[in-house]
Parts: sequence; structure tokens; C-alpha cells
Amino acid sequence: MTTDFKHLQAAHCENGVTTNLLRSAGATKLTEPLAFGIGSGLFYVQLPFLVINNGPAIAFRTMPGLIFKRTCNALGIPVFRKKFASKEAGKKYLDECLAKGQPVGAQVGVYYLTYFPKEYRFHFNAHNMIVFGKEEDRYLISDPVMETATSLTEFELERVRFAKGPFAPHGQIYYPMEKKIITDELMKSAIVKGIKRNVNHMLLIPGSIAGVKGIAGTGKKIKKWKDKLGPEKAGLYLAQLVRMQEEIGTGGGGFRYIYGAFLQEAHAFHPIDELLDISKIFTEAGDKWRTAAVQAAGIYKGRIGSQADYNVMGDYLIEISEIEKKAFQALSKIKWNS
Amino acid sequence: MKKEEIPQDDGALNKLTKEVLYAVDGSGKYSSELSTGWDVKTKALDLAWEDIEKRIEAARQKVLNNEASPILYFLELRLMDMGILAAYTGFWKWTIKKHLKPAAFKNLSQQKLQQYADAFNVSVEELKTMKVHDN
Repeated sequence: MTTDFKHLQAAHCENGVTTNLLRSAGATKLTEPLAFGIGSGLFYVQLPFLVINNGPAIAFRTMPGLIFKRTCNALGIPVFRKKFASKEAGKKYLDECLAKGQPVGAQVGVYYLTYFPKEYRFHFNAHNMIVFGKEEDRYLISDPVMETATSLTEFELERVRFAKGPFAPHGQIYYPMEKKIITDELMKSAIVKGIKRNVNHMLLIPGSIAGVKGIAGTGKKIKKWKDKLGPEKAGLYLAQLVRMQEEIGTGGGGFRYIYGAFLQEAHAFHPIDELLDISKIFTEAGDKWRTAAVQAAGIYKGRIGSQADYNVMGDYLIEISEIEKKAFQALSKIKWNS
Repeated sequence: MKKEEIPQDDGALNKLTKEVLYAVDGSGKYSSELSTGWDVKTKALDLAWEDIEKRIEAARQKVLNNEASPILYFLELRLMDMGILAAYTGFWKWTIKKHLKPAAFKNLSQQKLQQYADAFNVSVEELKTMKVHDN
């Protein structure tokens, strides 16, 4: 059995699943950048005291699951979600959905995701894919980060749906419950809502761990890493920062380019020229993030590594913090017509 | 980033797929483009794996020196921490901590050994000997 479904590649798995499922529910104009922006996906946080995979806990985007949830809410599309206590119940429910022709989003862990290269298989449990059919004992899978659709055996899919550890998926599946007509008016108000929320998250969270202040906060910390951690560990920390920023799913420049693309697409709905100007500021921020990554790579490749080199690295982030502050302040001042 | 500046280097992901990046064309308009990889991040991932390999080897030495049970080796090999292993085995963290001692490990029942073996996706024999045949 297969459902009426077309694979779509995206930079990020959650954006991709959101876009694809909601398009089939009537949001025909939705794209990856629009889903990301409506879901207020852009963020920055370095959680203090927390070490993940022996490196700093840094994120360039909002918590897993929120982009999907916010975008559905903003467009008024009701979502069905279900977790399962047993693997059997999880499989039975999935098979029933597919039999009815309903493609479903599934949360999975990547450690046992057999088609991923070994180097990418960590215990990360908030990956998303769409299951859109079944042929004999193979499930047809649309993994948004891949160029083409793929498949998994019953056992392989069960193992990733019931992966354990932080964010354990418990077989979670989700899908839009009804098809709706999504008007341009609804898209317009969803875009404004998404931008306003993102302005708040980046400018108004108190303290120096999150938002634009968090970026500068990490910049200041980096200057101390060489002395505090020693060159080897400091190199690993910088490598982890670069991975969070540039690895598959970010679209480059720590999601800043996707946000730039979002503002351009938002301009088609709200012809306010500031949106195009501010989009350029996000391009500038993304470019600076990548310049910083090159500097970091110089350090962890051992080509450079003096205190002055760490200072340059830290200053890049402090500079980026200012650029993004300017961009979000400009966004906060936009006068929306509707 | 401009379209023509998108790096097309080699990377581990390239075995599976090209990835989507967003970049601007000559007139400043964004579109999604494909990239094979970027050596800056390839090196970052390589470095993380070199560190993991070091920790696996250090754990193996500890087990050989009778300072830890094979559970430590498999924790590192399977990239787990105590929380993840607790979730997969159903044991409490403090129980696992106890089983990390060689003496306690030797006294484990066949059933408990099997629970660890399942969590690490190996056989009980492989668990005891640290000789793994991954496919």
C-alpha cells in the first residue's frame, strides 16, 4: 500500500516534515523557509554547566518539535499526535494509517538509522521522517535531509521509533487531522506572528545565555577556553560549536541563511521593503558565522592557536551578536499593514 | 553566502546524500542549492571521532588492566552515557555503576548479561570478550 505522496528534500528534517505534511493538508504555498520563520525557528543558546558529547551544549535553533507545533497552530491546522507504550501497538497504528492512505510524520532516533553514514549516528532522538507506504515488509520512508525517498524493514523502523535516552520518541507519530483551505490572509498573519515571537526570543530573554546576548556570552567564554580547558579540549569545544552551526540541517551559517530566505519570501505576502533590507543583514550574519567557523577550524586543525587567535574568534561572535541585534531591532520596528 | 561560494568538498555525508544550503544569486535572491560538503565541518566531525576512538581505546585498556568491566568499553563504543544505558537496560544508574567493577560483573546472572548484551547490540560472548563483529 502506498499513499499519494511526493518526496521533498529540505535542509532540516523538522522543516521538511512540517512543509510536506502541511502542504498536503492545504497549505500549498508553504516552503521550508516559511515553515521555519512561521515556527520562529531561529535561536541561539548555550546552556551553562551542561556538557553534551563532551562539548558545550549550544543550539542555533529552537527546541525540537516546536517549529511543527507553532506552524500548525498559526495556520489553524489541528494535529493528531500519539505515543505508544508497546512496539506492537505502535506498529499496528502506523499500519492502519497507511492502509487509510494517510502519510504520517514519525519521530525517530538516528543511532540505528541504517542508511545514515556511521559518522552521523549518535544517540540523537529528535530526527523526523515521513512514512508514506509499505511494500511487503518494507516501509517507504521520506527522510527530508535525503535527495530521494528510501525504505526500512519492519525491524529497522521499529528500532528507531523506539530508541531510548533523552527525547526518546516512544514511537511517536503525528499528522494533520483535516484538509483546510489556507488563505493568503492566514499566511500573512502567521508570518507576522512568527517574526514577532522570534524578535522576543532573540532580544528579550534575560541573562547572557540565550538570544543575541547569548552569542556575545559564548564569544567572551571562547577567549578563556585556551587557558581554562587546555588546547586539546578547547579545540574539541570549537569543533562542536562548528558542528552545531554548520552540520546537515542548518542550511549553512547556523540557520541564518534560511531566515534570510524566509524574509524574502515573507516580502511576497507583505510588500514591505524593509524585509528585503533586513534579509541582507541576516546574510551578513550567516557569512560572519562561516568566517568564524574558518577561524575555529584553523585552531582545531592546529594551524593557529595563540591566545590572540582565540580572541579573534571570540570577537567574531561579539560582532555577530551586534549584527543580529540590529536585524531583530529593525524587525521589531516594522509597521505591519494587516 | 553567494551561490558560487558554496563549498563542494568531500565529507562523510557525501556517501549518502548531498545536503541543502541556502545561498543568494547575483541579484541577492535566495534559493536552495546542493553541497557535497565543507572541509571545515568535515574536520570538526573527524576531530570528534578521533576523541571518541581515544576514549574507546582508554576504556579497553582499563578493562584489560582489570580496572573496569567490559560495560565501560561498550558504553564508549556505543557512544552511550549512563542515562542512555539505564534507559536501554532498565537498570538504575547506580546498579550500572556497581556493574562497572570487574568483580561485580563476574557475578552477573546470565539474564542480566543478556540485558546488557541486547542494549549494546552484541552477544553475551562478545560482551565478555570485547570482540565485536559489527556488520
